[in-house]
Amino acid sequence: MLPMHRLEGLAKLTGAERYLDDEPIPGCLWGMTVRSPVSRGRITAVKFDPAIDWSSFIVVDHRDIPGPNETYLIENDQPVLAAGCVRHVHEPVVLIAHEDRRLLRRAVAGVKVEVDPEPPVLDYRVPPRAEQVQRGSDNTIKSLRIAKGDVERALASAARVIEGEYQTGAQEHIYIEPNAMAAWVEGDVVVVRGSMQCPYYVLNALKHALGRDERRVRVIQAPTGGGFGGKEDYPSTLAMHAALLSLKAGGRPVKIVYDRDEDMAATTKRHPSRVRHTTGVDADGRLTAMKIDVLLDGGAYVTLSPVVLSRGIIHACGPYFCPNVLVEGRVVLSNSVPYGAFRGFGAPQTQFACERHMDRVAGAIGMDPVAFRKLNLLRDGQTTATGQTIGGISGGTDRVALLDRALKLGAWEERREEAAAFNLTHPYLRRGVGVSCVWHGAGFTGNGEVYLDSKVQVAGLADGRIEVRAASTEMGQGTSTVFAQIAAAAAGYDAGEIVVATPDTAVVPNSGPTVASRTVMVVGRLIEKACGELKQKLGTRGSGLGVGGLNGDSLRRAIVEWHARNPGREPAATATFEPPPGVKFDDERYVGDAYATYAWGACVAHVEVDLRTCAARVLDFASVQDIGRVINPVLAKGQVQGGVVQAIGWALLEECRFRDGAMVNNQLTNYIIPTADDVPPIEVEFVEVPYAHGGGGAKGVGELPMDGPAPAVLNAIADAMGREVGADPMTIPMTPERLMTLVEAAEGAHGV
Amino acid sequence: MACEDGRAMEVRLTLNGKPVRVEVDPRERLLDTLRYRLGLTGSKEGCGEGECGACTVLMDGVPANSCLVLTAQCRGRSVRTIESVDAKALGPMLASGATQCGACTPGVVMTALWVKENPGLRDSHTLRELMAGNLCRCTGYDGIIDGLHAWVESDARSGGAA
Ligand code: FES
Ligand code: FES
Repeated sequence: MLPMHRLEGLAKLTGAERYLDDEPIPGCLWGMTVRSPVSRGRITAVKFDPAIDWSSFIVVDHRDIPGPNETYLIENDQPVLAAGCVRHVHEPVVLIAHEDRRLLRRAVAGVKVEVDPEPPVLDYRVPPRAEQVQRGSDNTIKSLRIAKGDVERALASAARVIEGEYQTGAQEHIYIEPNAMAAWVEGDVVVVRGSMQCPYYVLNALKHALGRDERRVRVIQAPTGGGFGGKEDYPSTLAMHAALLSLKAGGRPVKIVYDRDEDMAATTKRHPSRVRHTTGVDADGRLTAMKIDVLLDGGAYVTLSPVVLSRGIIHACGPYFCPNVLVEGRVVLSNSVPYGAFRGFGAPQTQFACERHMDRVAGAIGMDPVAFRKLNLLRDGQTTATGQTIGGISGGTDRVALLDRALKLGAWEERREEAAAFNLTHPYLRRGVGVSCVWHGAGFTGNGEVYLDSKVQVAGLADGRIEVRAASTEMGQGTSTVFAQIAAAAAGYDAGEIVVATPDTAVVPNSGPTVASRTVMVVGRLIEKACGELKQKLGTRGSGLGVGGLNGDSLRRAIVEWHARNPGREPAATATFEPPPGVKFDDERYVGDAYATYAWGACVAHVEVDLRTCAARVLDFASVQDIGRVINPVLAKGQVQGGVVQAIGWALLEECRFRDGAMVNNQLTNYIIPTADDVPPIEVEFVEVPYAHGGGGAKGVGELPMDGPAPAVLNAIADAMGREVGADPMTIPMTPERLMTLVEAAEGAHGV
Repeated sequence: MACEDGRAMEVRLTLNGKPVRVEVDPRERLLDTLRYRLGLTGSKEGCGEGECGACTVLMDGVPANSCLVLTAQCRGRSVRTIESVDAKALGPMLASGATQCGACTPGVVMTALWVKENPGLRDSHTLRELMAGNLCRCTGYDGIIDGLHAWVESDARSGGAA
């Protein structure tokens, strides 16, 4: 396929793209949220400042919800608006709307939610006391287990056993467009339009809480200024809030646009994690046992935590072969903001632990970290922790060769030698190199794609163009452009003759959520199938060309003729997901093909640490990945580079700080994400092993880039600091403060 | 946006080359005047506190965070917004993948324009330093820096203004 520019690229570059808050809505009210001031307790009173004339405001609380006061997701435990009790700071309690934003802000400040506090859980790692238990016997939201072989026996007979404990912090998405949503009533239909990843999640949430069927609810995606998982489930909350206000205002449009402080304080973040490894190796350095304990902080409600845990534990062993594995995972409730989807979905946390641990295991047995990885990387024909044999449709990638390419791209040998020489002579700078190998299962886990039952429609328009109708959203990652490319290739068209419909639940079928690196691979494949069916349909209807013979010009003519013969009706075809043959997963026992296929990657980081400030800086970064066929090289590279920089931020800079359960650095002034000057150019190469069941041969690309950088960077810091200073970083973000503490502890231990 | 408790004041400025007169609350931010009063919604609000640069405009040719500027401060000055930028000049940024979600992009383009129009800046600063006031969460910055580099070079080759 020809390289193609982003379809909406010029509109974005010139500022012409209209995001929700750029579109004037006549007669629109602004909506805002009154939130809980404390992390846990019983609401005793909601007091409205008598000095304010409340008659000019629309005020909504839980009693205004027509259906169940529940946010429809895995478990419906999260209220739409708090009723009776609160479980986290900033939990929504009351909604207010007014046409004047300044008066509205004052009104919000004039509502006091009084709460009788109860003991909150503020540290998920500490087992709860009886009075802190809010779910089951110990606040467990979900526990999952993967077992293969006999890990205890293997540990008992291992030549060496190496342990380690690794921790990662919460991370904010920082999509540059904060959450924004508008709702109004058209006839009997509640219409919601806004920034979102998953229109049908929003639709289902509205149906449930408003007690309406899908004919009386409609959800339209507005251009979306970034998501990264942060607009997977949270927009349902905004949509329900805006809709409740609009319903109470007699159907008038209501718009809710969070400012940055509110967005950072009140919305979901990446799950904090603690992962413990106990690893056995034989005398040659082969992995014989991996015992892994994963603990995630789920926050105040279940939201997506069970599936984040699932993806986390499946990826916990990394892309290695080990005959005996036990992974035990648990996600627990705490009284912080609910943690949610964030690019990688649990896999970056467990692979940070695994890849940092692999370096430490190699070091402990005196092996080179690269040689150790090459010895243990999965070969086709070997099995993963769930017993899935890599091979067939999941095979074909030479992971050792892929690692070699990354080492070459990252000038591993040269930089390693240079660093050793540099460190001997420089008074206060230390350099090091680090490597990581990662994998990422694309699409929903296990039978998830089957349950989703995704559908795509393509239709021939009167002028002969083809329209693709899917609920998959463009949020910057390139869905529209790549869908146009895939449909064009399947129809023999130019991409310019493909129209990608705006995701609008009144128009597009449910192609599933725009998450899990599934869009190009799964939904792209459905576009190909639907195009094939459209050709077939038109070919059998007397075009004289025969089935499958239509392509390009002949297809265009057939569409135009069809319209001439059937005025007011369009030729259309729908494709529905079917799993690749032979893919089987046992959801109960966690055995089998966890994903139909995997993307693979390797990273090399070159890092410099300033011993005076303990600040670490990434000097060079190289990333090589097999994502199947690359459909659009510029877009694919952009996904990798953006993901790598987001992961470098997670590794070094980005720290959510909490006090009494509330995020206190909920500003870009003191929650630091990387600028252009904080990161080097990110070198990217692709290895293309086409996936037979992916759109255009593609596997997923969105999340893999988030998996490898943090451990590669920390391994490089350990390399830079380890020999001389002895600091062994095992926690991220490795901020200067944290590294300094480690250095001082190491110096103390060495009696320096 | 109503000015219910400040007296409205008149401000005359040059906006995208044309004289403009607005009546605003003395506390009104330039970003809000542009977006909600004049319908120039290309400038975005990413943080409202001068950190992200999504609201960047050029004031008398120099980048400014319009979320930190009061419209009243623009009296007699010249303000340039993304709406004044010719799409035809932006080919290199499009080709390099300088935009993904687009929320940071108008601000990025305004800073890039300043860099392009002031070649002397590049003698003392790297492109990455010059672009460090614009946060982008999508691209990892390579698409932006490569695009700006190509844009600056194309200008140098053609030897003239865009
Ligand atoms: S909105 Fe002005 S700098 Fe972020
Ligand atoms: S393109 Fe999305 S923030 Fe820059």
